[in-house]
Amino acid sequence: MKNSIYIGIGILFGITMYKSEAASWFRIYEMFNFQAFHMYGIIGVAVVLGLITTQLIKKYKVKSFYNVPIVINDKEKSVKRYLFGGIIFGLGWALAGACPGPMFTLVGAGFYSLLIVIGSAVLGTFIYGKLKDKLPH
Amino acid sequence: MELILQPWPWYVSGTLIALVLFLLLMMGDSFGMSSNLRTLCTLCGAGKKTDFFNFDWKTQKWNLLVMIGAVIGGFIGANLLSSGSGVAINPATIDQLQDIGITSSGRSYLPVEIFQVFSIKNIVLLAVGGFLVGFGARYAGGCTSGHAISGLSNLQLPSLIAVIGFFIGGLVMIHFLFPIIF
Repeated sequence: MKNSIYIGIGILFGITMYKSEAASWFRIYEMFNFQAFHMYGIIGVAVVLGLITTQLIKKYKVKSFYNVPIVINDKEKSVKRYLFGGIIFGLGWALAGACPGPMFTLVGAGFYSLLIVIGSAVLGTFIYGKLKDKLPH
Repeated sequence: MELILQPWPWYVSGTLIALVLFLLLMMGDSFGMSSNLRTLCTLCGAGKKTDFFNFDWKTQKWNLLVMIGAVIGGFIGANLLSSGSGVAINPATIDQLQDIGITSSGRSYLPVEIFQVFSIKNIVLLAVGGFLVGFGARYAGGCTSGHAISGLSNLQLPSLIAVIGFFIGGLVMIHFLFPIIF
């Protein structure tokens, strides 16, 4: 049961990514050229509603569907890892036009060349894991 | 039905993304897709040699299921819920893309010239792009979902720094590196 709920949430997410065109390389290119409001609108609405939801959950100590207190962890404080990691991510996001959710959605949509992107994203993650201790965080 | 078959407006899409975040929080989990890339490393056996990947992948099974759902959702979105595949981007963007040799914007969801022509150059571009996304996401501790949506919703300064980084990287790629690449 629980497994199918996760798949269901994933399906909702995948359909939304595809139908919103947030999974389209063209929309990412347009966003980084500031030539449309579309992507900013999507992210903006998601953040505003997400902010309200998250803050209400925290304020009223809402329990999960399974009656367990919801814990939302704070991110570790630092600047370097977020800035450097973020810049590297942004370079790849603009080039491949897909972030880690949409790259899977696009395979489902029939764009099998995204398997190259996914394979190298896994490799990139692996190399990060190897170099982790030598990088400034 | 016609409304569903059209591309969805930003306010509908943004609302649904917030709903995904809400549902995952209510399941007792969090919204962050790039963690799956790490779990995939572990599934490939990376935990034997590198501590970073040495964890019980079953604790992340739920997120792999969300990922599988995202693949199915892509299939449904493209095959059952769409009437055409062109993306109606700004005409100025279309002109700009024509200057760099990409002319498929009106008729395809992704640029045919990059994603459906299997040249060595394209394979390298996709591989480098994917590598940077994977490396950068883990370095930054999250991607668009983990930082831009979950993190900003939780008022995390680190996430704001990461999102600023995403934009610096994206702007550098498109405004300085694209003219060299294309």
